[in-house]
Amino acid sequence: MASLLHAPSRREMLLGSGALFAWAYAPKLARAEGRDPRLLVIVLRGALDGLALAAPVGDPDWVKLRGDRALLLDGKPAALPLDSFFALNPAMPNLHRLYRAGQATIIHAAATPYRERSHFDGQDVLESGFARPGATDSGWLNRALSLIAPAERVNPQGGKAFAVGPVTPLVVRGSAPVMSWVPQYLLPASDDTQARLLELYRHADAKLAGALAGRQDLIAVARSGKLDTMQAREEQPRSVGMARAREYFADSAGAAAKYLARPDGPRVGALSLFGWDTHNNEGAAAGILAGFLGALDGALAAIEGAMGGAWRETVVALVTEFGRTARINGTDGTDHGTGTVAVLAGGALAGGRVIADWPGVKPEKLYEGRDLAPTTDLRAVLKGVLADHLRLGERALAETVFPGSTGVKPMAGLLAFS
Amino acid sequence: MGQDPTNGVTRGAAGAALALHRFGLGPRPGSIAAIASDPRGAVLAELERPGVGRVDDRGLMSSAASARAAFEARAARQAQRIVTERAKREAEAQSADGAGTDMARTAAVAAGAEGVAPPTAPGDTPERRNFLKEVKARLDAAFDAEIGFAERLVWFWSNHFCISAGTVPNLAGGYEREVIRPHVVGRFVDMLIAAEGHPAMLVYLDNAASMGPRSVAGINRTRGLNENLAREILELHTLGVRTGYGQDDVIRFANVLTGWTIISVIDNPEHGAEFIFNPRLHEPGPQQVLGKSYPDTGIEQGRAVLADLARHPATAAHVAVKLARSFVADAPPPALVERLEKTFLDTDGDLKEVARALVTSEEAWAHPRGKLKTPGEWAVSVVRSTGLRADPERFARGQASLGQPLWRPPAPQGFPDGEATWIDGIGRRLDIANNFAERVAARLDPAEILDTALGPLASVATREAVGRAESRAQALALAFMAPEFQRR
Repeated sequence: MASLLHAPSRREMLLGSGALFAWAYAPKLARAEGRDPRLLVIVLRGALDGLALAAPVGDPDWVKLRGDRALLLDGKPAALPLDSFFALNPAMPNLHRLYRAGQATIIHAAATPYRERSHFDGQDVLESGFARPGATDSGWLNRALSLIAPAERVNPQGGKAFAVGPVTPLVVRGSAPVMSWVPQYLLPASDDTQARLLELYRHADAKLAGALAGRQDLIAVARSGKLDTMQAREEQPRSVGMARAREYFADSAGAAAKYLARPDGPRVGALSLFGWDTHNNEGAAAGILAGFLGALDGALAAIEGAMGGAWRETVVALVTEFGRTARINGTDGTDHGTGTVAVLAGGALAGGRVIADWPGVKPEKLYEGRDLAPTTDLRAVLKGVLADHLRLGERALAETVFPGSTGVKPMAGLLAFS
Repeated sequence: MGQDPTNGVTRGAAGAALALHRFGLGPRPGSIAAIASDPRGAVLAELERPGVGRVDDRGLMSSAASARAAFEARAARQAQRIVTERAKREAEAQSADGAGTDMARTAAVAAGAEGVAPPTAPGDTPERRNFLKEVKARLDAAFDAEIGFAERLVWFWSNHFCISAGTVPNLAGGYEREVIRPHVVGRFVDMLIAAEGHPAMLVYLDNAASMGPRSVAGINRTRGLNENLAREILELHTLGVRTGYGQDDVIRFANVLTGWTIISVIDNPEHGAEFIFNPRLHEPGPQQVLGKSYPDTGIEQGRAVLADLARHPATAAHVAVKLARSFVADAPPPALVERLEKTFLDTDGDLKEVARALVTSEEAWAHPRGKLKTPGEWAVSVVRSTGLRADPERFARGQASLGQPLWRPPAPQGFPDGEATWIDGIGRRLDIANNFAERVAARLDPAEILDTALGPLASVATREAVGRAESRAQALALAFMAPEFQRR
C-alpha cells in the first residue's frame, strides 16, 4: 500500500551518509612478512536478510519457509550455485565469480552477540565490538588500529590524519588517527584560508583543529595522486531510484579502493551503505532487495577494479547488525531478526567456501520461533581476519578489540597464506 | 574553548549572545542589543507569541493534497509520453508508406489536444516546485524568527518524530506543519497521536500496509502484520530502547495499530493520501501491551496505548535527556535532565512547560559553550548573521552536502546531534562558508558580521584573524568558521 503514493522507496534514498574512513599507517608485522595488507569494512545498515543473499537451497525446509519467495536453483531468475547446499542471489554475478575464483567466503547463520532487535543498539554492538550496546564511544576497527605498530607512515604528508566527512561511523571512531573522504562537489577553500583557520583553531579548540588538519592531509594525498575525486566538479544531475543507488555504491566503494590501492595511501578503510531494512515488498529475487544486492555486487566489482594489483592483498568484509525474520511477514517483507550472513571478498582470501554450522530452518529450529538461529559469532570471523591479515595478537583481540571475547576464538584459515 | 565570558551570565550582551546561540538560531543584525536587558525573558516570551511554531502557509497545500497533485502530475506525464511515442510510431509507419509527415504531425497535434499537458522541463515538476515551497516556508521561519527558540523546538520534535522525504517526498513538508508545529508548545500526547496517525509516518514505517492476521482483509488476502511502526514508537518515539518492553509487546502493539492506514490516491482524487482507520484491516480482539489489556475499540485502542505510552515515566526520561543533549551539551548536567523529566511528568507532558523548565534552569545557562552546532543549525546561523536570505534550493543542497539533508534522515532514529557525528565534517563546512562568503563579500563588512554574530563572545584571536585576512571573502569565511561560532 505504500506504493500507492508512488514514492521512491525509502531504501532507494537512504544513501547520503556513506563515507570512507581510512587509516594512514601500514601494519608493521605484516610488512615484516613482505606483505602490505588492505582491509575495507563495509557496514550494511538496516539489517540484511542473509537468507536472501545466500539461500539454503539444499535444506528440505527451505521452500516450506519462504514459499514462492524462496530463491531456488531453478527459480526465475535462477540462484547461482555456491556448493551442494547454498546458492547465491542471482543479482550478484561478480560475487559469484570471485567465489569460484577462491576470492570470496560467505559465513552463514552468523550474528554479533546482540540478541534484541533494535537497529540502533544492533549497530552499536556491531561497530563498538562490545557485547552490550552503549558500552563505549569507540569502534573495534579504530581500537584494532591503535594496537598495530606502524611500520611507517604511508602518508608522506605528515600531520595527524583525522576523519573528514559528514558522518563518522562508530566502527572507526576512537583515538587512532583516521581520515575520511566523501564525494566532493564544491570548490574547497584555498590552502591559505585553511591554514589561517587551522591556526585559529590550534589556539582555541583542539578538537576542531584535529578535524580540520585531517582533512588537509587527505587533500594533499589526493592531489599528489591526481585523484579526481577532490577536484571541483559541477553538481551532476542525479539519477533516480535504483540507478542512483548503483551509482552511489560503486562511486563510494570505488573511491575507497582507489585510496587504499595507492602506495602512499591508507591501508584500512570503512564505509557504510544503507538500504537493507526490507520490511515491505522485499523482492529478494527480482525486486528492491535484488536491486540493492546488485548495487552491492557492482560495488565489489568497482573495488576489485580500482584496487588493481593491490587486490591480491585485500580483504573486504561486509557486515550487518542482525538478520531478518526467517519467514516473510504480512507485507511481503521481513521484520528484524537475528542470524544472517557475513561476506568476505578479496584476493588475499582462501575463499570459495560457505562456512556454516547450519541450524536448519524447521520451525522448532528458529531462534525464538522466528529468526534464523545464530551459530557462528561474527566476532570470530572478524578476529580471524584481524589476526591473520593484520597480525593482531589473540590477547589484544580478546581484551581490547572485542572485549570479553576470550571464549570466541579467531576463525582460522580464512586467509590464503596463513 | 579556553576563556568563556558567558559562564553563568544571563544578562547583558554576553548573556544575549549565549541565549541566541544556545536556545535560538543565532543572532541577526541587532539581535544581541535587542534582548540584552533580559535575554531569558526574551527567550521565554517567544513561547507566548500568538501562532508560535506556525509558518506562513499561504500557497502551501496540505500534505494529502500535495501527494494527490504529485500523483496526478506523474500520471499526466506518463500519458504524455505514451501519446508522444504513439505519434512517433505512426509517423514512422506513414513515412514508410510514403504518406509524408504532415498527417503524422496532424495526428500528434490531435492526440496532444486531448487535455494532456505539455511536458515540463526536466526536474521542474509540480512536485519539485511544491517541495521547494515547503523548504522556503521552513527557511523563512528560521530566518525571520527573532531568537528562534520555537523553531529549534520544532526542529527537535520533527527530528524526534522523523519521517523521510526519501520515502514520502510529497508529504514531508506538510507533515511537519500538520503534526509538529501545532503541538510544539502543546501536549506530548497530542503530538504523538498526530505523528503516528499521519500518512507520512504510516507509509514511512510501513504501517499503511500492515493488517491483522485474523482481520477480514488479512484472512482474505493472506497478508498480515508489519512490526516496524510499533517497534519504533516504543524504541524511538516514547519509552526508548532497553526500557523493558519485549518482542511480544511489539507484536501486540502492531496488532493494535493495524487498520491505521491511508486512502489510496489512485481511485480517490478527493481524499487520497489522507488518514483512514480501516476496520477491515484491524486485528480483532483485546491486546495486552506492557502488562495492560486494551479492549478492541477500533481506532481508540491505538489511541489508548499511545496515551499510556505518553505518560510513561520512561518516556519522560527519554525525552528529557534528548532535549537537554540537543540544547545544552552532549553530556548534559544531570540536574537539568532531572528537572525536565520531573516537569514532563508533573505536567502530563506539557511541552511548553518543559521548554520553560529548560530556559529557567540555571544549569542550562551555566554550562560551558561546548556543544557543536549541527550542520543545519550552523548554516542557518551563518545566513542569519548576514541579514540576507538564502535561495531555498541552493541552501538545501548545501545542507545536504554537510550530511544533514532536510527531512531526510538516514534512519528512523533521526539525525544524531552529538559532536562525534559532525566534527569530521568541519572541513566541508569551510568549503560551504567559503563558497557563501565569495558570493556575498561585496555586500558585507566582516567586522560587523563578527559583532552581529558573536558580540562579546568573539575572542581577540578571532578578531585578529578576521582583521588580517587577505580578502573580504576570506575574512567572512573565517568569521563563519570561528570556533566560537561553531559551538553554542
